[in-house]
Amino acid sequence: MTRFAPGDRVQVLALGKIGHVRIPHYIRHHIGHVERYCGTYLNPEDLAVGNTSGRAVDLYRVIFSQARLWPDEAVPPHDTLIIEVYDHWLAHAEEAENAP
Amino acid sequence: MPHDHTEHEALVIEDDAGNIEAQIIVDALQDVLIAKGLLTAREVTGAIAKLESPGIHSGAKIVAKAWTDPAYKQRLLADGRAAVQELDIAVTEARIIVVENTVHVHNLITCTLCSCYPRSILGQPPSWYTSKAYRARSVRQPRQVLAEFGLELPETVQLTVHDSNADMRYLVLPQPPRDLQNKTASDLEAMISRDHLIGVARDIG
Repeated sequence: MTRFAPGDRVQVLALGKIGHVRIPHYIRHHIGHVERYCGTYLNPEDLAVGNTSGRAVDLYRVIFSQARLWPDEAVPPHDTLIIEVYDHWLAHAEEAENAP
Repeated sequence: MPHDHTEHEALVIEDDAGNIEAQIIVDALQDVLIAKGLLTAREVTGAIAKLESPGIHSGAKIVAKAWTDPAYKQRLLADGRAAVQELDIAVTEARIIVVENTVHVHNLITCTLCSCYPRSILGQPPSWYTSKAYRARSVRQPRQVLAEFGLELPETVQLTVHDSNADMRYLVLPQPPRDLQNKTASDLEAMISRDHLIGVARDIG
């Protein structure tokens, strides 16, 4: 059972981790929807430092409104961006009020 | 007081010509391995040739097959990796997601963090794909980027940008040409460019 299902409203956390993280800054704090579940993969934050025995983590594709990601740009309202986010970087949007 | 970098991880020194610092280290390592008889220059050249042998032709073959075989197209959209393997193409990526262009939707592929690309299907990415300018602007100003490639995407068409930042790799399935029925598979494959499969081009033929 995964923590999120397609359609769930999620917020990307800003965990402040250093090193090889695969969550770019431009989606941090933003709210999107889970597009699909992609399966489990070894955490790149572990792999980057040679730890290949870490726990595999759930990976999701999350869809965002381009107009919300880039409020300063002139963007048609239906344009979207989809990016992959590991489970530990996500919270249900409703629970994320006090998240980092 | 100059900014002190000693507390940080090692910075990647990179310029337009590539990663200079890493290149020096790799060259030195190769010299040592060859001098010790653990590796030959021919093996290095062979490995590079193998890396560079996949090319756009595999991607074109996949798309032409999907255009002419509706059942294959459904399998390709459901599980890209398995469908690509049906065509005896060796896939090294963990998972391939095929995204379909329609009259109403256009897809664009990028990797903002580095240069992730479906290399076993399309070969090595073009140099602009790995440039910092494309990586930054393909997410922030994708319509302007497309216009610079000569594609004025109408506002009525929804644009979806796919940032391949993690484990998925992406391939765009373009719309077929109007006169699809009159074409052979090799005609169709010749009409498909790398740019169509990344999404910086849209119309076929």
